[in-house]
Amino acid sequence: MKEEIIIAGFGGQGVLSMGKILAYAGLMNDLEVTWMPSYGPEQRGGTANVTVILSDKAISSPVLDTYDIAVVLNQQSLDKFESKVKPGGVLIYDSYGIHRAPERNDITVYRIDAMDACLEMKNSKIYNMIVLGALLKAKNMVPLDAVMAGLKKTLPERHHHLLPLNHEAITKGMSLVEV
Amino acid sequence: MKGNEVIAHAAIRYGVDGYFGYPITPQSEVLETLEELMPWETTGMVVLQAESEVASINMVYGGASTGKAVMTSSSSPGVSLMQEGLSYIAAGELPVLVVNVMRGGPGLGTIQPSQADYFQATKGGGHGDYHYIVLAPATVQEMADFVGLGFDLAFKYRTPAMLLADGIVGQMMEKVVLPPFRPRRTPEQIAEQCPWAVTGHAERRGHPNVLTTLELDSAKMEVNNERFQKTYREIEENEVRYEEYYTEDAEYLMVAFGSIARICLKAIEDARAQGLKIGLIRPITLWPFPTKVLREKAENLKGILTVELNAGQMIEDVRLAVEGKVPVYHYGRMGGIVPNPQEVLDAFYKDFPAAKI
Repeated sequence: MKEEIIIAGFGGQGVLSMGKILAYAGLMNDLEVTWMPSYGPEQRGGTANVTVILSDKAISSPVLDTYDIAVVLNQQSLDKFESKVKPGGVLIYDSYGIHRAPERNDITVYRIDAMDACLEMKNSKIYNMIVLGALLKAKNMVPLDAVMAGLKKTLPERHHHLLPLNHEAITKGMSLVEV
Repeated sequence: MKGNEVIAHAAIRYGVDGYFGYPITPQSEVLETLEELMPWETTGMVVLQAESEVASINMVYGGASTGKAVMTSSSSPGVSLMQEGLSYIAAGELPVLVVNVMRGGPGLGTIQPSQADYFQATKGGGHGDYHYIVLAPATVQEMADFVGLGFDLAFKYRTPAMLLADGIVGQMMEKVVLPPFRPRRTPEQIAEQCPWAVTGHAERRGHPNVLTTLELDSAKMEVNNERFQKTYREIEENEVRYEEYYTEDAEYLMVAFGSIARICLKAIEDARAQGLKIGLIRPITLWPFPTKVLREKAENLKGILTVELNAGQMIEDVRLAVEGKVPVYHYGRMGGIVPNPQEVLDAFYKDFPAAKI
């Protein structure tokens, strides 16, 4: 098993932390993982992205040119990464702020309305967890309890009372995808 | 864990006595993690944010003079500021660990990954005839392991060691097994391990220890230099480290260090799948350089591509190693741009069109 994943969006959307939780979930599931962020000026208002690789074998390059799965959360990221999904791969995008929908027909495309769901839940901070839920539904890479264990590991203890809310957000995200 | 965070954990677990540093991207997490872990409350390790890199390296110089295990970390522009201190530390024959998580240069450059400090790290950097051991980690695990290895070698040979990483391995997260905790050495253990150390116990010892890099008598200074060179030859003899992949039947080689070697490895795996007989040599010690293995391999090769995040620096050592027996070309990106495996492979076929299957 090997999944090469890019998650991309605006800085502040929680792209990097979503990747981190996914990576830790892989770790909890005894997989090899790499988490390679774009760091620096991108984080300050521009686009941010993170490459996460989950594999049952040792991982060579943490830097990739094509991906099994792309999760894109703004137009720039969609423009940049749509062509980089491997044929037969998966593209997940949030319709919010997208004015040009994906055009590829050799990949599976999931449109999710995560921003709307987030507004519905009246909490902007759980947006990335909704997206993560959608991703896990689209591609069942790690079980939900591994994700929750990963989340517990990355979340400082003083925020552990928020675990149920995050669980709810992931479940909500899962409901946004029909497979 | 992130590569940079791992450095901090590994330092505490090794029993390091002091860290002196000044924040700079992409390695600020080293100092941040140390401050978060507060080792001064557990092992007694000193963690100090100095006022500059010049101050950091001189604090390291002072600490090392007393036989303590001390270190600093920085990124390219900061390490440039430390060059004077490194020359003094090398001349003082002091064991220290310096971590450089390289970013794009020259000048203030960018904050993205680079390997453009290869020359500076392996050829001296400061003034005078000196070398220090340079370890190039490719994984977060090696970031952890090379802290201890760096100190072990530094104390063994009384020479500085540098952990030369890049922004990729500093910023990325991977699985890591941290080394076990070991206690900091006691003053008695330090006195035994470092009989040269300046500890303020001249009476107990019966003679004062003096550490100086100034020697106005040229004849004596030449003797000092001969001693340094003897140590360097010993290190070259004993401490060369590298890793090879798919080299047994290889007709072509890539040579790359640090995280870029992993990008090459993926390119090589793709090329192997197409039937190309290509392998990889990853120097782990950049100084001493794995000259011998490359010289031997060159006999049976059609060509070598060096891949570096710079304009072509390690290629000079590769060319010296193979003595013109095979063509050696360079592919590199600069200024903080990181190539992907496909770009590396395209570059290889551009330089070696005959290899195309």
